[in-house]
Amino acid sequence: MSNEENQRSQTGRFGPYGGRFVAETLMPALDELTRAYEAIKNDPGFLEELDELLQHYVGRPTSLYHAKNLSEEVGARVWLKREDLCHTGAHKVNNTIGQVLLAKRMGKTRVIAETGAGQHGVATATACALLGLECEVYMGSEDVRRQAPNVARMELLGAKVNPVSSGSATLKDAMNEAMRDWVTYVKDTHYCVGSVAGPHPYPTIVRDFQAVIGREAKAQILQRIGKLPDALVACVGGGSNAMGLFHEFVGDAEVKLFGVEAAGEGLDTDRHAAALTKGSVGVLHGSKSYLLQDEDGQVIEAHSVSAGLDYPGVGPEHSFLKDSGRATYGTVTDREALDAFKQLCRTEGIIPALESSHAIAYLPKVVEAIGEGRDIIVSLSGRGDKDLDNAREWLEAHGEKIG
Amino acid sequence: MTRLNQAFERAAAEGRSALVVFLSAGDPSLDATVDLVLAAADAGADIVELGVPYSDPTADGAAIQRASARAIKNGTTLKGVLEAVRKIRTKSEIPLVQFGYYNPILRYGEERLVRDAKVAGVDGLLVVDLPPEECASLRDPAIREGLDFIPLVAPTSDEARLKLAASVATSFVYSVSMTGVTGSAGLDLEAAGNRSIALSKILGKPIALGFGIRTPEQVRAIAGKAEGIVVGSAIVETIEAASSPEEAVERVHALIRALSEATRT
Repeated sequence: MSNEENQRSQTGRFGPYGGRFVAETLMPALDELTRAYEAIKNDPGFLEELDELLQHYVGRPTSLYHAKNLSEEVGARVWLKREDLCHTGAHKVNNTIGQVLLAKRMGKTRVIAETGAGQHGVATATACALLGLECEVYMGSEDVRRQAPNVARMELLGAKVNPVSSGSATLKDAMNEAMRDWVTYVKDTHYCVGSVAGPHPYPTIVRDFQAVIGREAKAQILQRIGKLPDALVACVGGGSNAMGLFHEFVGDAEVKLFGVEAAGEGLDTDRHAAALTKGSVGVLHGSKSYLLQDEDGQVIEAHSVSAGLDYPGVGPEHSFLKDSGRATYGTVTDREALDAFKQLCRTEGIIPALESSHAIAYLPKVVEAIGEGRDIIVSLSGRGDKDLDNAREWLEAHGEKIG
Repeated sequence: MTRLNQAFERAAAEGRSALVVFLSAGDPSLDATVDLVLAAADAGADIVELGVPYSDPTADGAAIQRASARAIKNGTTLKGVLEAVRKIRTKSEIPLVQFGYYNPILRYGEERLVRDAKVAGVDGLLVVDLPPEECASLRDPAIREGLDFIPLVAPTSDEARLKLAASVATSFVYSVSMTGVTGSAGLDLEAAGNRSIALSKILGKPIALGFGIRTPEQVRAIAGKAEGIVVGSAIVETIEAASSPEEAVERVHALIRALSEATRT
């Protein structure tokens, strides 16, 4: 690690972003977590246990699949990093296995989490079932409705699901409630944050646990084509699958990085979730980053057809990558995401999560930016089984059928 | 000497804890807030904390969450709260703390907020989610303008963090009585009282003990053990239960009178 990186990991700053804006009660817990993480992150025993679980339990490495039919339609050589093939069906489990292992080493007996689409909740419940910790998940009541199958999965895995009906009753409010729980039971509870958001050290911890995506992808693409890809594309809600894919490539200037936010019903409406594209700098959930807020500093409710992208903030490192110009952030509407959802089913026989469908939908814009026939790695962050009811509902409301 | 420090000195001279009350500004309206603060002063409150509503109050329990949501819904802004302070100042010298979360302040502009708050008549700033490590950009201009900066300590704060808090405090330190959100039940009064006595010694500053203190009986039980005692959710709930702003003022006046008497017995 370079000096600059080391310094960054101590202060939790990414340029002007990140930091720790939380109630005093939680500050000692964040210090404790930072110390515990620094102690284990290079500990051979911990890493061996983590690798063992990632390989044999999660099913890593996930494949890097050359999607030829899709490639033909978009005019690029498209490689899908198949995080949808992870146990539990999304990349979220990479982080939860790491954090729950860490929590156990810290002597915590209880784990709490927030969840939007339910994927992080399921992944946390899974890790807790495996490693024998008590688990409670906070989920917006609107998302409980949209993602009913994931609620059943969490309960089956032994977790308690607490619906949150305050505010917009989505991910942001679930995170508020998880923070209230943590401030109350901080002594024996670990808060397993699901994205590269939240106060330091979470953006760093979650990124590091997700960085396995990019490490594998880099080795795989080098093995397949003997060179680095021209571009990476990933959807960005909080931004964990994107940071996980990008991290290993940030130093490779020739690899263009594209993050895709949800434009919901359109950037010219107030129903979108494009914090980096349309937001301004603020503080939410403990870190400074771009944020959807009104002129009085009240956080605006986000909207996306995809519950996992329905968040008014974004991880602070993405704000840093945006300002520095290292990554480019674009947007995709609900309409475009649903079209891509159907396109990938039709061309490749893969049902993507609606979140990941945003990354697929952005491919034509990447091709427009970098030219035809290039190698593009897309993070297929999750599978879409959980979205079938939601997708059908959306399509029928727009006079279409799912098939 | 600032109004806040004067309030603590006066209470100490009378051999009692200062009564600090919290109100969610803008609930049910900013006009009502002006009347409620004047009623609080008349009923014997020593200091009033005016909560600036925020959409994501992660340190607050259900009562203050609901009050904040009502205040935002009826259009309450930080600017509006400062206008209410100016109106209060035409009629009362009661020490006022602007209490809330960081993002509305950041959005308003820290330097601008500090200037406008001072002009309006605010005495101190307390920002729940702005720990000592992050506070310089607000605290430095606040001190230049003569506003007090009030940090928090919690049951989880170790001695190093207590000293850190004391080092940024210009007046009193807000001591969170237990791990939890505002309005939590089950406060162990004896433990909180004893801890307060120890805390004041370590900090070398007056402390105001808050979270979970609701009734005159509770205030009586810890009176004298902390330099200040904060009651918030119980007042916010009293306002919520009232059927009109007039009734809210009347009931809040009665509650604060009883709480104030409890500090004197």
